[in-house]
Amino acid sequence: MAVLRKTPEMVSIPNSFCPGCGHGILNRLIAEVIEENGYEKKTILTLGVGCSCNMNGSWKGDKIQTAHGRGASTAMGVKVARPDLLSIAYQGDGDAYVIGLAETINAAYRNENITVFVVNNNNFGMTGGQMSWTTMPDQKTTTSVHGRDTNWTGMPIKVPEMIATMPNVAYVARGSVQSPKEIRKLRKYVKNAIEAQLNNEGYSLVEVLAPCPTNWGMPVDKALAWMDQEVSSYYTLGELKERKGE
Amino acid sequence: MAKLTISAERCKSCKYCISVCPTKSLSLSGKLNAAGYDYVTVDHEKCTQCGTCYLVCPDNVFEVVEE
Repeated sequence: MAVLRKTPEMVSIPNSFCPGCGHGILNRLIAEVIEENGYEKKTILTLGVGCSCNMNGSWKGDKIQTAHGRGASTAMGVKVARPDLLSIAYQGDGDAYVIGLAETINAAYRNENITVFVVNNNNFGMTGGQMSWTTMPDQKTTTSVHGRDTNWTGMPIKVPEMIATMPNVAYVARGSVQSPKEIRKLRKYVKNAIEAQLNNEGYSLVEVLAPCPTNWGMPVDKALAWMDQEVSSYYTLGELKERKGE
Repeated sequence: MAKLTISAERCKSCKYCISVCPTKSLSLSGKLNAAGYDYVTVDHEKCTQCGTCYLVCPDNVFEVVEE
């Protein structure tokens, strides 16, 4: 059955992500929910450093390029200065979970009324595919050329699980862009996270598993299959903390 | 009557849409856009305008519009 679909105005400028990159899908989902709520002129994105920086050229809404890892703390500042605005931190895993782990945890610990989206593609994408704290066991990167040795480097970090244990935070989920079915679920998580902030419920976080075909050295179909078989088995998908009353 | 439209100049030839199209209506055109990518094309006879390609496309190539 035909379903009318129109590209949101906020993502109408062509993006400069690599072919098959998952960022573009999440950009569109966020734009759809913002526009549905009528907040296209009342939203500020605080962009992390990494592939998120590409959005400086393609995200049509207001945004601030933050210092590396400081997306969540800058979003806190935006919310303090302008509580009437929707304040969203948009970061990658290297930015939010490695360089900026302290800022990410602190924003959640304080239960700041902001929304954080973290794209987890299991490596430092922008700088050429180095190992990050989310790199999968045995995954080959430019700094783990024989595969990640978890005996030496530890197991991949699970920040949403950590944050979901905090008593006051409003909403935590992990979604994926690995299939149409998961993208539909992810859209609901994005909607919940944004609406939690609009209802003053507190901090919300959605981690999004995304393919990085360029740095993984895989075509998109293989990248999606690897996410389905390996990545989402370790990084379990679903809502880790549901909104009260939902 | 709805119709699928394709912004060929935005396509980066990743083929995510082709792999999930339930009616196998999508394929690469064999032609290059200005950025040098072999862009996707649709067989309108087979397409049911379900919007799955819109859902998965990272580059906003597709729209389903009223004709």
